[in-house]
Amino acid sequence: MIDAAVSLRSIHKEYRRADFLVVALDDITIDIPIGEFFCLMGPSGSGKSTLLHLVAGIDRPTKGQIRVLGDDIGELNESELAGWRSENIGYVFQTFNLIPVLTAWENVELPLLLTSLSKKDRLRRARTALEIVGLADRLEHLPKQLSGGQEQRVAIARALVTDPSIILADEPTGELDAGSADDVLAILSTLNKQHGKTILMVTHDPRAQQYARTSRYLDKGRMTEMPHAVPA
Amino acid sequence: MPVPISYNIRNLRVRKTTTLMTALGVALTVAVLLGIGTLVEGLRASLQSSGNPLHLIVMRQGSTSELVSIVSKESFDVLKFDDGIAQHDGEPMISHEVLSVVNLPLRSDPTSVANISVRGLQQIGITMRDGVALQEGRWFEPGKREMVVGAGVHRIRDGTSIGDRIYFGRDDWEVVGVFSAGSSPFNSEIWLDANLAGSDLGRGSARSCILVRAVDEAAATAILNRLGDDQRLGLEAERESEYYAKQMSSAEPVRYLGVFVAIIMAIGSCFAAMNTMFAAIANRSREIGVLRLLGFSRFSILTSFMLESLLLSLLGGVLGCILVLPLNGLQGRIGNFVTFAETTFQFRVTIDYILIGLAFAATMGVFGGFLPARMAARKEVLQSLGDG
Repeated sequence: MIDAAVSLRSIHKEYRRADFLVVALDDITIDIPIGEFFCLMGPSGSGKSTLLHLVAGIDRPTKGQIRVLGDDIGELNESELAGWRSENIGYVFQTFNLIPVLTAWENVELPLLLTSLSKKDRLRRARTALEIVGLADRLEHLPKQLSGGQEQRVAIARALVTDPSIILADEPTGELDAGSADDVLAILSTLNKQHGKTILMVTHDPRAQQYARTSRYLDKGRMTEMPHAVPA
Repeated sequence: MPVPISYNIRNLRVRKTTTLMTALGVALTVAVLLGIGTLVEGLRASLQSSGNPLHLIVMRQGSTSELVSIVSKESFDVLKFDDGIAQHDGEPMISHEVLSVVNLPLRSDPTSVANISVRGLQQIGITMRDGVALQEGRWFEPGKREMVVGAGVHRIRDGTSIGDRIYFGRDDWEVVGVFSAGSSPFNSEIWLDANLAGSDLGRGSARSCILVRAVDEAAATAILNRLGDDQRLGLEAERESEYYAKQMSSAEPVRYLGVFVAIIMAIGSCFAAMNTMFAAIANRSREIGVLRLLGFSRFSILTSFMLESLLLSLLGGVLGCILVLPLNGLQGRIGNFVTFAETTFQFRVTIDYILIGLAFAATMGVFGGFLPARMAARKEVLQSLGDG
């Protein structure tokens, strides 16, 4: 019985920059239960994004063990990780990262191209995902024809279209105005509450705390107590 | 599942100026290759269509062309009664012919003068040339200083219209007709009466060569062998088709030069395609990272960018083919190293050459695209996302 969506044990991550050794994460141990909306806060350079990359399997820890949905992802090779990621993980970026030459539904359809679904089923699922984020009427729009908030909603639709158990969101409101940021956070909250998705969001947007069930604070690569006033 | 092709096509469209410039580079390279190819093909078609399989050209031993050969009347008379020679209306199909050249200027540029082959022959010589037909005027009359010009000569050389007079031998000859000889090199010749030409050239009864039509293949082989063995006549025979095929050597320097230039240009075009693809990949590093993050493999990225390079170069290939299409059917001319005279031909853009052009363009795309595509595929996801 798996009860932790993400389980990190003594994670240590170092980078070598020229002659310096940078410690990005220092002895991180944490369990995030399935169905959690977990918010990880902290200033720039605190290691938040690094932690997200490790959970997504696009980076490897220097030391420690990472289990996601029971799988020890350190034991998967690159090709296995790619397949595992496309099944289990949805990823939302701060800068949306939509493919500019593809329409909204084509962007959302992209992860489905790696499945065995028919074209018709892919379209149906992409439409459903776009309906969930309230953009069913923007199927044929190119990213440049959408507002920032709409672009991020398309990116969320792309992240959830394969029905992954976990959605990783890296500063999803970082590029948005207050209204759009609230919309995006509300959608993530809905995905958590109504669709049972485990959400791991890193941000330094203080509003995010209102939507998350659990918030933790990361500073200089270490988990610390949440300060009273979170630096923006 | 590969990255969708629409991704590549739309990216090429988005960068349309760069796409068009690179494609144009490829197009010019393909056009050079095809231009040379259509010239060689046209010349080959012209020279190949001349050879009747039963025709033999008889020349003095050691002669490389009709122009430098001398065959006496006595030798001609010996050969004339060979059993292996075909008959036409009771007359043996054997033609004792004299070859020379005359200088004529271009219609478009009177200062550009070239040697034109002049062939003196009898009526039987005309009859033996299949596909030769009078296009304008009439044939020359034996014993008169009259000439008929091949359509190729008439089209481009000045002073070759009916009524014009051309100085040849000892006097002026009047142009009385224009004949067409399909796509054969006879189009590049001027024909006149053999006896009068021989006399004007001071050859006496000797001529340059003999054209023979054998009854059948066995007879042709027998005549070839007999002349080869008979040292008294001092003659040798060659199949007409082989004689003209050897003249393709005139196109060899042009072909080698063309291929050399095309290869140099192709290397340049490869680098242009490579540069374009490197720029495309640098601009789309973040997209590559996203695709990898979504689960697309390194191989999918490699093939996607290879495909994009291929599409880019094929666009250039198609443009190149379109550029050379107007050449099709155009009259060309080339100095013939065997006859020391000009051979006219028509450029021929064939499906084979179109396919060669497209394959050439595709090769440039593959070579130009490989390194950038490999670089895109080898990047780590985080590196790609960070580079954007």
